[in-house]
Amino acid sequence: MAAPSPHTAAAVSSPSRGAAWDFLSQRWELVTLAVLALAPLFVPPLGGALGGQVTTLFIYCILALALNVMVGYTGLVHLGIAAFFGIGAYVLAILTVPMYPFQIGFLPAAVIAMLVTAGTGLALGAPTLRLRGDYLAIVTLGFGEVVKVTLRNLEQITGGMKGLNPVPPPGAGVILQGIDLGKEFAIDPRWFYYLALLALAGVVLAMRRLENSRLGRALVAVREDELAAQAMGISATKVKLAAFAMSSAVAGLAGCLYAASLSTTADPNAYDFNRSIMVLCAVILGGLGSIPGTLLGVAILVGFDTVLAPWADSWIQQMNVNPQGLSYLSFSGWRLAIFGLALVLVMRYRPEGLIPSRRMAAELHDGGQGA
Amino acid sequence: MSAQFLLQQCLIGLTNGALIALVALGYTMVYGIIGLINFAHGDLIMLGACLALSLVGVLGMTAAGPATTWVGIAGLVLLCGLFCGALNVAVDRIVYKPLRNAPKLAPLVSAIGVSFIFMNIGLFWLGPADKSFPELLPSTNLLGGEGLQFTWKDLLVLLIVGPLMVALSVLVKGTKLGKAMRAVSQDPTAAALVGVDVDRVIAATFFIGGFLGGAASVIYGLYINTIGFQMGFQNGLYAFTAAVLGGIGSIPGAVLGGLVIGLVRALASAYVGERWTGAIVFAILIVILVFRPEGLLGRRVKEKV
Repeated sequence: MAAPSPHTAAAVSSPSRGAAWDFLSQRWELVTLAVLALAPLFVPPLGGALGGQVTTLFIYCILALALNVMVGYTGLVHLGIAAFFGIGAYVLAILTVPMYPFQIGFLPAAVIAMLVTAGTGLALGAPTLRLRGDYLAIVTLGFGEVVKVTLRNLEQITGGMKGLNPVPPPGAGVILQGIDLGKEFAIDPRWFYYLALLALAGVVLAMRRLENSRLGRALVAVREDELAAQAMGISATKVKLAAFAMSSAVAGLAGCLYAASLSTTADPNAYDFNRSIMVLCAVILGGLGSIPGTLLGVAILVGFDTVLAPWADSWIQQMNVNPQGLSYLSFSGWRLAIFGLALVLVMRYRPEGLIPSRRMAAELHDGGQGA
Repeated sequence: MSAQFLLQQCLIGLTNGALIALVALGYTMVYGIIGLINFAHGDLIMLGACLALSLVGVLGMTAAGPATTWVGIAGLVLLCGLFCGALNVAVDRIVYKPLRNAPKLAPLVSAIGVSFIFMNIGLFWLGPADKSFPELLPSTNLLGGEGLQFTWKDLLVLLIVGPLMVALSVLVKGTKLGKAMRAVSQDPTAAALVGVDVDRVIAATFFIGGFLGGAASVIYGLYINTIGFQMGFQNGLYAFTAAVLGGIGSIPGAVLGGLVIGLVRALASAYVGERWTGAIVFAILIVILVFRPEGLLGRRVKEKV
């Protein structure tokens, strides 16, 4: 994640976006992918707890890219992406845990989970698409709450606050040349690292293809001006429904990976409004509609939570200024305020995000004010 | 017996609903005038409740004499109202005002950011655990006997909410400021052309919405008796649902919506189960938005090109 950011950031600030920028914006994925793919060979801690953390980071990247389809490309404010993350996780768990009779493998279960989340997205999207933008935000928020409460209360099906477990690792029971894949996944976090990286690479590739496809351009056209897009023969309803379905399915995929990597669905509060908002913050901070921006945004926010905040806390503890453990003298006590301030400041001074997509930057700075 | 139980639930629901309506007004007025879903409103009320709790501690208020208690409560309502009103105006000045011409997403996301900042302030103010708010009013039944329960607390809610509603409707219908507010909510540009100071009207709207929220925060503390730094989200969402149900932008709609949501919550808790209440309220919200997005009393507004 960190590798391409200095270059791209430098390119953004330079006024002329010449050949270097084009090269980097075309190739940054390959460079990052190569670095990340080779990292476990040279960085031993990735075989331990750090590997698990980076895997979680990849999963959030997938989730954020899913949200980016809705908020970034199509301009639909979605405040309930965590609900689809949760549905994906629970469908995978129901299809694989020993408690249920299905116990199918990870791959077919993940495919089914993605189909279910896509269907749920369509079911939510179809009746709500004619709503004004901010009403849609509230409907998705309400949907997120309904899903969370339902997951918590249907104890016979979802295990209530305990969640469903154990979710078997991918490849359980598959024996390849004498290696039991399930066991390998359980022992070595690097298997999950590579699985999540592979999934993330696939999603990034798909998003890149989407951006340049007929459908992707239609999404952006609808965002920019729905009436004009319809006048050009684009069916806004179909296009928005497609965005709903794609976003939900990719969020479902992230949920599958999440449940499998933790080997439990965790309790339903893992899929609440805070999760949705954190992902939304990442997308907005990084740059709406921008793949590298979204990835950078997730890296910053997750990095803040799992790296910077604990480090600063232990540093403050060493200084011994906070013997009573007061929350305003610890760094992580300021977490919400820092997130909030970041959102406010980004909206005020750089609404296009850290690594903006070119179209979005143009819209926000030149002409988009009449919309 | 069961009829009496139903009646009791309705009474609880209507009292709760009056409280929700007070918060819903803050959402609906701000939305009506600048089209912003003020996400931070629930957390503003949480901060009001923090101030109320601190004031109760500082002033050493107890459930001593009824007369002094009532005066004290009136003072609390006034102070917390002024505090929340002023804070709301300040946030509008600093955060939302520079974004008046930005795409709609920008103020919405900023409001979410402000809500986070408020929550963090509340966390420092109250600490991470919920705090209990002292019982200042006796819980004797005013109706007497074993039947329906209607306590001083319930009376308090109606005594505060009733006059505030009357004052608000006089203000909006009968004064020059109210006329200006209605004009700005219909068309800010045209209002400015005929000499309305739009910025001042918007600030006044934020102040009134905040004041009502501050009053609601005191009632919340006295009535529910538990406050916590995370109370703003859930309560704000209920109130917003009420505002949408009534027709967002419509002041009588917010009151009606609040009462309906209060009733639904009370009946759902009694007959379906407390833990499903949230899901039922939000399911209703979704259904309303899908089938009647203009709400019960709202006007249908065509999306402008």
